[in-house]
Amino acid sequence: MAFKLNVNGKVHTADVDPDTPLLWTLRDTLGILGPKYGCGIAQCGACTVHVDGQPIRSCVTPVSAVQGKVTTIEGIGATPVGKKVQKAWTDLDVAQCGYCQPGQIMSATALLASNPKPTDADIDTAMSGNICRCATYTRIRAAIKRASGQREA
Amino acid sequence: MTLEMTGASRREFLATAGAGGLVISFSVASKAQAQAGGLQQINAYVKVAPDGIVTITNKNPEIGQGIKTMLPMLIAEELDVPWEKVRIEQADSDPTVYGRQFAGGSMATPLHWEEHRRVGAVARAMLVQAAAQAWNCPAGECTTQAGVVLHKASNRKATYGSLASQCAGITPPDPKTLPLKDPKTYKIIGRPIAQYDTPKIVTGQPLFGIDVQRPGMLFATFEKAPVFAAGVASADLAAAQSVKGVRKAFVVQGDSKALQPPPGQIGAGLLPGVAVVADNWWAARKGRERLNIKWQDHPTSAQSSEGFAAKARELAAGKAQRQARNDGDVDAALKGAAKTVEAAYAYPFLAHAPLEPQNCTAEWKDGKLEIWAPTQNPEPGRQLCAKTLGIKPEDITIHMTRCGGGFGRRLSNDYMVEAAWIAREAGAPVKLLWTREDDMRHDIYRPAGFHFLKGGLDAQGNVVAFYDHFVSFGEGTTFAPSAGMGAGEFPGRFVQNLRYDISTMPLGVPTGPLRAPGSNALAFVFQSFIDELAHAAGADPLAFQLKLLGDKPVVGEPPNAYAAGRMAGVLRAAGEMSGWANRSRLPKGEGMGIACYYSHLGYFAEVAHVAVSPAGEVKVKKVWVAADVGRQIINPHGALNQVQGSVLDGLSEALHQKITIQNGQAVEANFDTYPLMRINEAPPVEVKWVITDNPPTGLGEPALPPAIPALTNAIFAATGKRIRSLPVDPAVLKA
Repeated sequence: MAFKLNVNGKVHTADVDPDTPLLWTLRDTLGILGPKYGCGIAQCGACTVHVDGQPIRSCVTPVSAVQGKVTTIEGIGATPVGKKVQKAWTDLDVAQCGYCQPGQIMSATALLASNPKPTDADIDTAMSGNICRCATYTRIRAAIKRASGQREA
Repeated sequence: MTLEMTGASRREFLATAGAGGLVISFSVASKAQAQAGGLQQINAYVKVAPDGIVTITNKNPEIGQGIKTMLPMLIAEELDVPWEKVRIEQADSDPTVYGRQFAGGSMATPLHWEEHRRVGAVARAMLVQAAAQAWNCPAGECTTQAGVVLHKASNRKATYGSLASQCAGITPPDPKTLPLKDPKTYKIIGRPIAQYDTPKIVTGQPLFGIDVQRPGMLFATFEKAPVFAAGVASADLAAAQSVKGVRKAFVVQGDSKALQPPPGQIGAGLLPGVAVVADNWWAARKGRERLNIKWQDHPTSAQSSEGFAAKARELAAGKAQRQARNDGDVDAALKGAAKTVEAAYAYPFLAHAPLEPQNCTAEWKDGKLEIWAPTQNPEPGRQLCAKTLGIKPEDITIHMTRCGGGFGRRLSNDYMVEAAWIAREAGAPVKLLWTREDDMRHDIYRPAGFHFLKGGLDAQGNVVAFYDHFVSFGEGTTFAPSAGMGAGEFPGRFVQNLRYDISTMPLGVPTGPLRAPGSNALAFVFQSFIDELAHAAGADPLAFQLKLLGDKPVVGEPPNAYAAGRMAGVLRAAGEMSGWANRSRLPKGEGMGIACYYSHLGYFAEVAHVAVSPAGEVKVKKVWVAADVGRQIINPHGALNQVQGSVLDGLSEALHQKITIQNGQAVEANFDTYPLMRINEAPPVEVKWVITDNPPTGLGEPALPPAIPALTNAIFAATGKRIRSLPVDPAVLKA
């Protein structure tokens, strides 16, 4: 079945089964490789993308259920908040292996878009769906503070 | 350099990794070679472009430890170029040029600290020589500064970019004859430098094994028996092939013995299973769901974690099978002790769970194999593929991709040989990707283990007897991989009457190194029990540890020397930075614990501060780390990240993680049942570098082991309840 998907401002057509998760449609069919596979059951957040600005787990979202504009890590820098978050991640060199960081950045951007000055508790709530196996949590927290213009400590 | 090793598992790793020697060869091309685009290859690691951009090759796999940035820093420092002019390229696997290329054992720093600086010094010397020849002056009169050769007497200068093409006629000097920089003049080493790949990481550019794409590439999934290494009895291949998008489904006969690594290998080879190859991975998985595989019976299908624990108790009650160490007379000393303590400790199997599941892309063409692999250990992968497919090693090309975590899992190349086999059968480039469930249920696990300890104190609270009966896994006198313990395990050599007994039982579960192998379990056991002895003696655990270490700065001879003075140094530092002396002021339900451990050439002491709720929930409020890894922190930025990550990794293991074996198979399969630490649980980790005049050593692992007993000792301080089995069970801690 052919599905029309607006990804990062460009319309793509993907001929896949309706139950194919958005993640695999993006990765295998459209060659958009930023969203990552980590668990397949919405536990780790590595596959996080935005649909109309809302963070979703693309590994459990069938392509047939996607209604709205999809933004991935490749496109998030085009938004002012996403750009700030990417810069903070770069300035603090958050990553170790880096595999989870596209998902972390997508969740952090969604948080800051709706809550420009999050508290530590807000950060915990918004980011606890994203696992970092290398445990770069100290820097993730600091980068979110920095991107929001708050003190990092 | 002294290569000090704590435990059989570490020696085993080094033996299999082939990294036991001091000298790793580095190839300096006999003469510089011109390349397309005016790029000049000065040696195997350094290329200089006319505009002065210097491209440095990183030889080792990048798994998140930051090596792709750190190793080139060493070369760039002695080459004397500004870091901003450096570009980094990832090498393919090629031992003829680069020697051993692997990520393991925190070995990259000790193995390359000297050599890689000399690689840079050789290239610099050749550029200087080229200038001296052009200017007809002695090379000794020339100096360099930021990518420029200077001759002050004649006020001449030339950029590396302009000189590089003239290096072709110059014979490289013997690296050992070259003086290296005074550390006081370092411009790159010691400076916090961001990972080279960071801009690509934060914008989602393809870097990882899972991101590899080849023209005409198909996607594969591979199902193996839940009981490790069982063969395929039957599978409905036609049903799988009827799924839209599935190209081919086939049985891979494999080798049931491939669970036991042959010499030179870590982990598994090609095990039996069923492959499904499709146009996309989702279709392959849907095909797989219809396979209805029946597995053959397997001799280990009755094994279980519970059974192992029962067998361990039975073995501990009897006579030990052998001794690892026997000093003095421990039985007599226990009898004569003023006070004795007895305790049984246990820890579970653990999975590595790197966030990028195992995967590999392989392409078979005209009898040759090309591989793109996120591997920590490429060369044994080449040998494994060559042997399994019956082809020559030189007909295999291995490209190393960035790895989405390693933690030791990717020292095994099982996924590589699977991809190679499936690609040849499929007749197309194939990307094999394991599901998370495949990854967790077919790991090369950290082995479980059981320790039955006794300690004796004299009337002054000195440790006069120390005994452990370690019940582990293995056959005969051989431990299962990473399931060993060395005779030097602390406090071996520090207690006059000390015996380490060993018994083993057979195991059908594949095991191997997990970050800080051996140490990640032994630190918990020994540092917890020493804390028990301290409390039994009524002593301050920090003072007790210092007393146990004694007054000699070094105990034992290289390569098994233990620098007690360095350990005392980090213990004191950890005590000071954490406010250890004031811990009695903590509110009820809170406590601090201290632990230290030597592994991977690094001396670490850590203090954890925890709060335990009446419901038994543990919150770690802060961890302090004092680290002695020698005289130089090469990249403080990456170093801090490694230590903080290692500590949180250890806490995550201790608080949450366990692989249960039932009916010969792993029960936990994904992050819902095998939880990893999340941001809301992550405490701040403060790190102090204790600088001592010793060669710099690695940081991928040694901060992890003491984090676990620091935590469990803190839980004891907070609750009076001793954690002797991992992971921590909140039910035990209920008020």
